Amino acid sequence: MKTKEILLIAALSAMVTPAFAQTPDIDEIWAIVQQQQGEIDALKTELAIADEQLADANLKIEATGDYLETVVVPTGESTTQIRGYGELHYNNLNAQDSARDLEQIDLHRFVLFFGHEFSDKINFFSELEVEHSLAGDGAPGEVELEQAYVDFALTDNLSVKTGLFLIPVGTTNETHEPPTFYGVERNSVENVILPSTWWEAGAALSGHFANGLSWDAALHSGLAIPTTGGSAFRVRSGRQKVAEAIASDAAYTVRLRYTGVPGFNVGASYQYQTDASQIAGDGLDAGKLFTVNAGYDVGPFSIKGLYARWDFDGVAVEAADADTQTGWYVEPSYRFSTLRGDWGIYGRREDVEGGRTQDHFTQTEFGLNYWPVDNIVFKIDFRQRDHELTSEAGRDFDGFDLGFGYQF
Amino acid sequence: MGSKSLISLVFVVSIALYGALAIAAPGVYQTRTEFLQEALGTEKPDSDVVWMNAELRNVVTKVLGHPPAMLRMRYWYDASRTAWIIDEIGKEKPITLGIVVENQEIQSFSVLQFRESRGWEIRYPFFTNQFAALRLGKSRSMSQDIDGISGATLSVRAATRSANLALVLDEYTKRRTQAAATTR
Repeated sequence: MKTKEILLIAALSAMVTPAFAQTPDIDEIWAIVQQQQGEIDALKTELAIADEQLADANLKIEATGDYLETVVVPTGESTTQIRGYGELHYNNLNAQDSARDLEQIDLHRFVLFFGHEFSDKINFFSELEVEHSLAGDGAPGEVELEQAYVDFALTDNLSVKTGLFLIPVGTTNETHEPPTFYGVERNSVENVILPSTWWEAGAALSGHFANGLSWDAALHSGLAIPTTGGSAFRVRSGRQKVAEAIASDAAYTVRLRYTGVPGFNVGASYQYQTDASQIAGDGLDAGKLFTVNAGYDVGPFSIKGLYARWDFDGVAVEAADADTQTGWYVEPSYRFSTLRGDWGIYGRREDVEGGRTQDHFTQTEFGLNYWPVDNIVFKIDFRQRDHELTSEAGRDFDGFDLGFGYQF
Repeated sequence: MGSKSLISLVFVVSIALYGALAIAAPGVYQTRTEFLQEALGTEKPDSDVVWMNAELRNVVTKVLGHPPAMLRMRYWYDASRTAWIIDEIGKEKPITLGIVVENQEIQSFSVLQFRESRGWEIRYPFFTNQFAALRLGKSRSMSQDIDGISGATLSVRAATRSANLALVLDEYTKRRTQAAATTR
């Protein structure tokens, strides 16, 4: 063996030998195990304490969350709710008689709903509205209470309400928030023939069945339609709005609806006014209103329509040829979604035969709705109205409307 | 009979009718306990909460169209299903909905309590059946459109948003469970 190799082996031996020399014997190993076991036990104790503290912290966090949700987060579980809607209109209409041109901007409606839940079975609803932005002497607007009633749930399927409520007729009288309909202005049938928004005071029973059939029966205050002057036999002028209203002669309304197939609905209503003028012997006596409406949605396509008809008794109303007043409209539409909201296009055809000569007309319109979110809508429409009587031809118009509406 | 007499009669009958039926009137279609019993087979299933952290709050805001009115959402679960009780306002008042999700699909959808003045139709099977087996589609929206009901638009939307929320939160809890398992 060479000298160099001998030296290398000697060096390695010197490095390894101490390790063999430090190997613990069994007693030393036992001592180490005992020491480590002690550390494990201590760690276990600390872990258990940490677990307890964590559980305690979780309880505190949950309790804090419970509390914060009652005082900080606007919870939907409050028993009193405030909601609302509003709409701004711009009309630009050119009439045959230029003196009747209309170019105006108007905050048509600002509405607040107040509701209160007295219990699971007793609820209060109200709707307070400012029309045309400014109310008061000489101002164009009004402050109106359109709903204020208490609803009592008798069973799961039957309820009774009393107070001031919307009459269950037509398509927009009860549901008229701007994002729910096409067109800046509501349809004319539910302006001239059905005086929407139409509310009365009284009591109503409502019931519904699992197959989608529902019914309403209401006894309520009646119309007081004028029989003389420029608004003679105009239904809309007969609304008393439950403002110290004459209650000599009540009215009754019943409605039947079927909505048992999603996307499809059909409804019919009948109303009897015991004396539509509230004055006996003035030539306008009983009034009967019949309405039928239907709608169907197939994917993005929708179509809906309404027919309404009044029949009045009385020599004066018959002499004025206003004893039968009718109106209908049909409205196809197409709504589609994009990444930046929904768009809808629609057309509407209306035929109205009202009480006044100027209320005999046909109207054609089409337009566009844009919903950036469900509860906000921008609208544009183009309208053309043609009156039936040549004497009213000066009121014929065409033009466009712009609108903005919201609800929350 | 004159109108005044008739009005008085209707008033008295209404009060009497309400008094007679009020005691028996349930007001709530299904209690939370009944829903959980039906959904998961026990009145007291395991439960946990999802805290609305910043990321989740953004997601939920997109789904609901408004910020969530809660700091966290409690849910109940078993080996394969999660059950959610969600309050969402249609027009004015919260509608309480019970939704069960299994394998990322809606297994059942029911209205536990309805407080709105209109839109009661959404509690019946002809409407709720539309949610069966729906899952998340593009951009976390529902995989299929829900047909509306005339006069109940806002209730239908509230129901649809709630179903969408249940699917989104179910997905979140699954991801959270998987992440925790991976960490271990």
